Amino acid sequence: MTGRVLVVGAGHAGATAAGLLRQAGHPGPVELFGDELDLPYQRPPLSKKFAEGQLEQWLRPAEFYREQDITVRLGEQVTAIDRDRRCVRTDTGRAHGYEHLILATGAAPRPLPVPGSGLPGVVSLRTLADARVLRKCVEERRALVIVGGGYIGLEVAAVARANGVAVTIVEREDRVLARVASPRLSEILAAHHQGQGTRIVTGADVVRIDGDDRVRAVVLGDGGEIPCEAVLVGIGATPRDRLAAEAGLVCAQGIVVDAQARTSDPHILAIGDVTRRPLSTGSLVRLESIPSATEQAKQAVAAITGAPPVAPEVPWFWSDQFDLKLKIAGLVPPGPGTVLRGDPASGRFALFHHLGGIVAAVESANSPAEFMAGKKFIASGTRIDPARLADATVPVRDAVIQ
Amino acid sequence: MPKVSYQLPDGTTHDLEVPCGQSVMDGSVRSNLPGIVAECGGGCSCATCHVYLEEGASFFDEPTDEERELLEFAEDARPNSRLSCQLILTESCSGVRVTVPDSNG
Repeated sequence: MTGRVLVVGAGHAGATAAGLLRQAGHPGPVELFGDELDLPYQRPPLSKKFAEGQLEQWLRPAEFYREQDITVRLGEQVTAIDRDRRCVRTDTGRAHGYEHLILATGAAPRPLPVPGSGLPGVVSLRTLADARVLRKCVEERRALVIVGGGYIGLEVAAVARANGVAVTIVEREDRVLARVASPRLSEILAAHHQGQGTRIVTGADVVRIDGDDRVRAVVLGDGGEIPCEAVLVGIGATPRDRLAAEAGLVCAQGIVVDAQARTSDPHILAIGDVTRRPLSTGSLVRLESIPSATEQAKQAVAAITGAPPVAPEVPWFWSDQFDLKLKIAGLVPPGPGTVLRGDPASGRFALFHHLGGIVAAVESANSPAEFMAGKKFIASGTRIDPARLADATVPVRDAVIQ
Repeated sequence: MPKVSYQLPDGTTHDLEVPCGQSVMDGSVRSNLPGIVAECGGGCSCATCHVYLEEGASFFDEPTDEERELLEFAEDARPNSRLSCQLILTESCSGVRVTVPDSNG
């Protein structure tokens, strides 16, 4: 098979897939389309290290793509897929044919649908350009309101506080990380942020943003006003699946793919944040993480090159907040038993969530061994003794019930 | 420029020149060698850049507690396991040789 592969989207998923195609010896042309003018870059520093001069981290140097014979088309936007002719059309008016098409179009920040959200000083965070704006806000010590207490919001809050910025987080749910973390982790992290001087307002809706030539205050549903000079909207992201949906591919808030990243068209694969993908448990989920993007890039390349399917991985991601290196694996099930190992006050702890002793998820801070062990337990369906696991003097592996 | 020899799971060996200040991981990623996935980009977070350091251990700092813990539960860990993102090359490095295990994420 010497077919041409087009990769639409030059984020982590797309750029990884292009590189892996060459690694696997794919002999045909490989073309990578990116909306942005920057070469593919690491996205984690955008929220974790944007104030430290470590913002721009290219995934690969420019020469890499030349040497690997990967054509990079930056700033050329794919506007339509013609599945019958097997080509894509771009905003330059050109058509590009393909044998295999990989959609890696990512996700877009969900806009805040309130008056004033278009004011100067109201930003979202997805691209390098966004992060540069945010960096300037922090450099100028502008009082910051973060709408949405998700991981992005908490990471930005940590960087901003560490740089002396006044930070208020406004969260609609009754706790931060309500949709993505266990209640216990939410509680521990909220306390940690508050201890660093961040104000957290939960159960609050933003109804308006006031200002004229610049943002001045965020107005809440109860009439309360929070004065500020900058606003970060971090209320989640929506999959950029319009191209796929318009081409008639099966989508359900994300392009639906199988465990080999295949869409409902045999010539089209989809990877990364834009997909709704199966887990080994069978459930279909949307995962916004680099490990998932990498895993799916491997799946897509295996599907294209005819290599054996790649082994499923346990979903995981990481987050850095102040001195906490958080690593989370698995999905916290409803109503789990939870084992706390370590001491949150020391900044070194792990929460193991289990169902009848079978570990389903681990949320860890500064505990790489617990994280790695937990990830293994999840993969292998290991049964643990909760009492022994809770005892930090007992080695993790000795908490396993053989 | 320091040279690093990478032995890959498929049995091939690749000798690369890697600039000082870069890591053994960087060298592999730059040349698109398989096996070192480097998911976290070199932050000692993911253990997908696991290698066996066959020659040249004396040129590098001892692993930190963090690296040691990540390796403790890494697939196929051995006494000479290291995370290649933590192996930073210097002028004095010569004859560094690593084997890339088959099991990196």
